[in-house]
Amino acid sequence: MPANSFNGFTNYGIGLGLRVPHYRHILAKKPVVDWFEIISENFMVDGGRPLEVLDQILEQYRVVQHGVAMYFGSADRLNREHLKKLKRLVKRTNTPWLSDHLCWGSVDGRYTHDLLPMPYTFAAARATAANIRAAQDFLEVPICVENVSSYAEFHASEMSEWEFLSEVVELADCGILLDVNNIYVSSKNHNFDPFEYLNNVPHHRVGQIHIAGHSKFEKYILDTHDHPVLDPVWRLYAHALQLTGKTATLLEWDDHIPTFDEVHHEALKANKFIEKQFETAAA
Amino acid sequence: MASALFRPLTGRDRMQPRWTDGSSMQAIASQFIKPNDRLSSFERLEIYNRVYWFRILDCLYDDYPGLRAIVGQPRFMKLATAYLAKYPSTSFTLRNLGQRLERFLREEPRWIAPHRDLALDMTRFEWAQVAAFDDAAEPAITTDDILDTPPAKLHLGLQPYLSLLKLSYAVDRFFLAVQKRDADVLRDEASNTFEAMPSSSSPKNTVRLPKREDLHVAVHRYDNMLYYKRLEPEAFAILQALRRGVTVEKACAVAISSSTRTRVDWPMQIKEWFNDWSSLGWFCRFKK
Repeated sequence: MPANSFNGFTNYGIGLGLRVPHYRHILAKKPVVDWFEIISENFMVDGGRPLEVLDQILEQYRVVQHGVAMYFGSADRLNREHLKKLKRLVKRTNTPWLSDHLCWGSVDGRYTHDLLPMPYTFAAARATAANIRAAQDFLEVPICVENVSSYAEFHASEMSEWEFLSEVVELADCGILLDVNNIYVSSKNHNFDPFEYLNNVPHHRVGQIHIAGHSKFEKYILDTHDHPVLDPVWRLYAHALQLTGKTATLLEWDDHIPTFDEVHHEALKANKFIEKQFETAAA
Repeated sequence: MASALFRPLTGRDRMQPRWTDGSSMQAIASQFIKPNDRLSSFERLEIYNRVYWFRILDCLYDDYPGLRAIVGQPRFMKLATAYLAKYPSTSFTLRNLGQRLERFLREEPRWIAPHRDLALDMTRFEWAQVAAFDDAAEPAITTDDILDTPPAKLHLGLQPYLSLLKLSYAVDRFFLAVQKRDADVLRDEASNTFEAMPSSSSPKNTVRLPKREDLHVAVHRYDNMLYYKRLEPEAFAILQALRRGVTVEKACAVAISSSTRTRVDWPMQIKEWFNDWSSLGWFCRFKK
């Protein structure tokens, strides 16, 4: 299911996160990249250099928006101003779908600027799905929600994370941005089988996949996006592709960012798994 | 959980062991967070508490290198923590994190003593740069657009990204000297983890603090690059009056009448200023 309603019936391949240290290289060298993912909030401004760069990128490349501050899971209602700015950006980029996280991060108008885990309850699933639906209706573009990496679990939870994700996306009728690195990180932090997670989400709703690197500490793993993708994550990615088919894939590298060519090279390793999956499917 | 995250860390960058009422934080955390075989409820909550503070302090650290250089880095970290504890972010973007810093420093000047005025000037100057970087640009007005309107009836707007600052210290030059010393640090919001607090030790090469000196500065952008432009007091007065909605004629008259300078060919001088400002794209349609 490479193209589906959750990614705007597109057939995107391997993309890269658009990051400031690479602007000059990209604009000067115009490397061949299938698509770029932008952090929406970095471009939800009224003018200046960020929008100038974005417009230059849009002349050459396909862009998909990825948000970090919609906070579908917050008890607060969605921020109307945020949505209006986001919609302006959607019109500018023509993003075929947009993504944000299955998390909360604000309370009573105060922002944590973090992607906080939710208690996996039916009530939270209903409230979150209502927010996603409202956003999707307002923005008029398909939304994929991303599973976050987490370091805490709540006593209040009534189901597993993958059950919660499934419940939310079914109720919201939205897509999934499946972050296989996040699944791996959380599986180590919470002692679950990441393959069980992958096997039990609605695969037909997966519109995009994220891969990334992480850091191991003595007692937990942290989702740092500052390393190449590690082998266990590649194994999960390969398994995810078997379940979802060829899916738009993006490498996240947000800290200690190496040269553009190094990041691109790392991202293109995903091709090996995509081709293998394609061969298997053809056979 | 949010209340716990918003509480500042201890001096050793750990979560506070006691809640506001003196009860054990371990007991409170265990009420809603499950422990696992490696981490207690307290330790799991602490990961989020630390990441929250590391992220927002890192952001403020990057946005205020000038203020940091004035008060020193260890004190800056304490000041920033107190500010963010009192005024947590109310915006979806970290860009606005310093929006209320000037207000906070006026309310609690002990954080910037004995350099109160200098630190306030720098805070305004650094916030003006945030605005100049990505605030809106309205379509610029050209000479042709206003040719038919007499100065007595002409109102001109100024670009939203343009800030006009009356300063008591040459913070513009001081800022450039600090910038030259420091390496730029990039901020990115995409990663959801921060592993460490910004360094609280001051750089070894200190930049000499500026002496008191009245000056007027415009912080703006041109071709999407940031610039600081020093203005004559009369030029500053004209621009401020225009921003308030005063007509061009009245703005010029008021500015000249309050000038102490003599032997100035004011018509020629004003023409030069307006040509200059117009070529920088500072004028736009006036909006009430």
